[in-house]
Amino acid sequence: MSKKADAIEKEDVVIRFSGDSGDGMQLTGTLFSDTSAFIGNDLSTFPDYPAEIRAPQGTIGGVSGFQVHVGKTKVKTPGDYADILIAMNPAALKANEKWVKDGGTIILDEDSFDEKGLTKAGFKTDDPIKEDKLDRFNIIKAPISSLTKEALKDMGLDPKSILRSKNMFALGMVYWIFDRPLSYTEDFFETKFKKKPLVIEANKKVLHAGYNYAETMEHMTPSYMVSPGKIDKGIYRNINGNIATAWGFLAAAEKANLELFCGSYPITPATEILQELSKQKNLGVKTFQAEDEIAGICTSIGASFAGNLAITTTSGPGLALKSEAIGLAVMTELPLVVVDVQRGGPSTGLPTKTEQSDLMQALYGRNGESPVVVIAASSPSNCFQYAFTAAKIAIEHMTPVILLSDGFIANGSVPWKIPSMAEYPTIKPPIMTEETKDWNPYARDAEKLARKWAIPGTKGLEHRVGGLEKDELKGSVSHDPLNHQKMVNIREEKVQRVNKFIPKLEVEGKDSGDLLVVGWGGTYGHLSTAVSQLQAEGKKISLAHFNYIKPLPENTAEVFSKFNKIVVCEINMGQFANYLRMTKPDFTYLQYNKVQGLPFTIVELVEHFQKLLEE
Amino acid sequence: MAENQTILTAKDFKSDQEVRWCPGCGDHAIMNAIQRALPELKIPKEKFAFISGIGCSSRFPYYMNTYGFHSIHGRAPAIASGVKVTNPELSVWQITGDGDALAIGGNHFIHVVRRNVDINIVLFNNEIYGLTKGQYSPTSKFGAITKTSPYGTVEHPFHPGELVIGAQGKFFARSIDNNLKLSQEIFVEAARHKGASVVEVLQNCVIYNDKTHAALTDREHKEDRTIILKHGEPMIFGKNKDKGLILDAENMRLKVVELGKEYSEKDILVHNAENENPGIHLMLANMRYPDYPVAFGVIRNVKARTYDQSVQEQVDMVKSKSSIKNVDDLLRSGTTWEI
Repeated sequence: MSKKADAIEKEDVVIRFSGDSGDGMQLTGTLFSDTSAFIGNDLSTFPDYPAEIRAPQGTIGGVSGFQVHVGKTKVKTPGDYADILIAMNPAALKANEKWVKDGGTIILDEDSFDEKGLTKAGFKTDDPIKEDKLDRFNIIKAPISSLTKEALKDMGLDPKSILRSKNMFALGMVYWIFDRPLSYTEDFFETKFKKKPLVIEANKKVLHAGYNYAETMEHMTPSYMVSPGKIDKGIYRNINGNIATAWGFLAAAEKANLELFCGSYPITPATEILQELSKQKNLGVKTFQAEDEIAGICTSIGASFAGNLAITTTSGPGLALKSEAIGLAVMTELPLVVVDVQRGGPSTGLPTKTEQSDLMQALYGRNGESPVVVIAASSPSNCFQYAFTAAKIAIEHMTPVILLSDGFIANGSVPWKIPSMAEYPTIKPPIMTEETKDWNPYARDAEKLARKWAIPGTKGLEHRVGGLEKDELKGSVSHDPLNHQKMVNIREEKVQRVNKFIPKLEVEGKDSGDLLVVGWGGTYGHLSTAVSQLQAEGKKISLAHFNYIKPLPENTAEVFSKFNKIVVCEINMGQFANYLRMTKPDFTYLQYNKVQGLPFTIVELVEHFQKLLEE
Repeated sequence: MAENQTILTAKDFKSDQEVRWCPGCGDHAIMNAIQRALPELKIPKEKFAFISGIGCSSRFPYYMNTYGFHSIHGRAPAIASGVKVTNPELSVWQITGDGDALAIGGNHFIHVVRRNVDINIVLFNNEIYGLTKGQYSPTSKFGAITKTSPYGTVEHPFHPGELVIGAQGKFFARSIDNNLKLSQEIFVEAARHKGASVVEVLQNCVIYNDKTHAALTDREHKEDRTIILKHGEPMIFGKNKDKGLILDAENMRLKVVELGKEYSEKDILVHNAENENPGIHLMLANMRYPDYPVAFGVIRNVKARTYDQSVQEQVDMVKSKSSIKNVDDLLRSGTTWEI
């Protein structure tokens, strides 16, 4: 592959692959991302797919998309708008045209733009370009389906299998546009279809056909370069938030020298964590696909009682079902991590779309005074670190921890510099190994207020736990009024003391200024990108992004006090802002909220911050 | 399970907590029977875990000097499953009632039975909600007058044995609170069974449902109204051992016959608890007074792989074959690249 002389050098580009949910767009996008990562680009991806497995073909509801943002230097988001949109059918065009940059390129599979396809997608005329005023884009009409058929006509494949590989034609075109090697994708075919040489050959043929077609049509196809940038040396892999979460728990189990147990029930978008852990029996993990969400958490509570690092994974509706059992873990003071991969709510809501609207549920959604530690991951790769940390806190402080992720970071992927486990701290479970004279089940250490973990099977430590209020020392049932008050105070204090063991809140940018942008969890990439754009323009704006929600970092008020204005940005209607109003009431909190099942765009954030800076 | 030489007695299993069940409650006797059964198992005391849900019977773990967990309503099967799967060395017991197991916990109950997790479930069946002071339960007889059914229930009750067999249960037994000796024998057998065992104990609630099982405890008639099944023995009962059960093949049902004239012992069915086919077991479990004698003893006891054992074996198998031995290996597995 020779470098094209007239290629336009770019800092970063955004590509969006879109088609019917059966068109293989997720795979196409992933293959492009992998190739880009191998040649040394940074990137961030965002799959956007419908809740139905096979929504009616050709309709907007059935469109599946995959956006990838590749750049020379640090890429923090999948990008707002696409430089290039690949639309495999009219519905994909209709659903995604609003996500293309002015002057961007749209590649269409011309063959799918027949009357039937156009009608299904809701076009009223036979000229969608004119109808939707798309002439501000560079439109490339490529006969993708027919050229795919042509390329494979002599291979003896059935028509269905032939059409299934048309996504590789589109991928071939995109590879030419970005001057990417085909070899990584060819290697993928070799491994994936090891036992089907015909399929390998067919896919390769179509990939090359697409590449060659783009080259032939050079006069109308744009040509971009995104050179490899300065990236830290090391071994890398692509990872999404769900896999990183699963692996973070495996890492914690190893560092705690405990076995890992995951009792869970499938729910979008959290299921992949359970699936991944069920694959990793090689590391001794036991997974239990329970009969429902409640049984999922309860098996984990049982596993925790029995001495395992126990976790359960869910999304909003499942967290609601688990709330009584979380209260039981609070009362019995057993270590437990509950992962909530948030999605649009309420009720079943938007299962495949992202939202941050479970925060209040995580903090307060239980009967009684029922404090738990709440932390949030903020990027696909740091799900590893925060899963590890959630487990460490749960074990060392003997408390349930809720780890918040969301559909955006759970499914989004980024290249990740693989850490060495030697860099991670040892986790020290407060396990009682033998009987001591004055041991009591609810005696606690002075610093953390954590009780000891006496595991069934250990001689001399037989004791009972349960959901009834506990005597402050013996752990036996107590209905004493003053004891109850004391226990309520202790449970809250135990959670608050975690803030002696977590890092201080860091400010991105100067630690004083006109505007402090506050965010938490999965919005980090967008907020950070928007804030740094304005910082580059000389604006006095900084970002404070929270991973630790309960307890808040010790220096939170101190950070807030040095800015004229504070704006709290969330993919909900203001849950963190309200939490801050309750816990740090000395400040005025402006809000920026959006609940459309989508992440923020950088454009809207920059615009809003600018307005706040000007006011 | 490791057997040791320490000789334990019933007393060793009593905790220092005051037992707060009502005087005369059937629960006392059931606990006595369990405390007498446990030493027979020759398992060290620290290897027992008693898990319960909510209800009168679920206070049980507090009174046992073992590891115990008084959890939330209906969820004990899930908690017990988690304990057993992660710590298979333990002898895990679930104590539950008709409301806890069959109403709020119905889903967990059938699934723990279906999975065949090696736990021992003791179901105290008093056909009433006691702790909430007298509402009908899923086992209350049709028409039962209770606080929430002042005109009689219009619900068909669950029969625990039928439910267990429907959920592919491998072990089902029935006892009654006042027969301590029988209960004790059954608990020993249930504990020795590998897999989920369900023992239904008919229990009298003196306050809210007194004498609900009185027909079966009546001194004069109980031997004519109940049958104690023993594996390998003919199904003969009655004060004078003059009645037996035969299979009325034409009508596909059991039939009570008098021994002597028309029938002799050789005509009577011999109890085979180990028969994998649950047909007769279901008929035995469903016998109800006054049409039939109510069956006590171990009705079904069939060997099968346990869930906890299978989970462990699979982990061991995958571990032994995998080249990934630790998290560093895992992180570097699959597609990686160097920059």
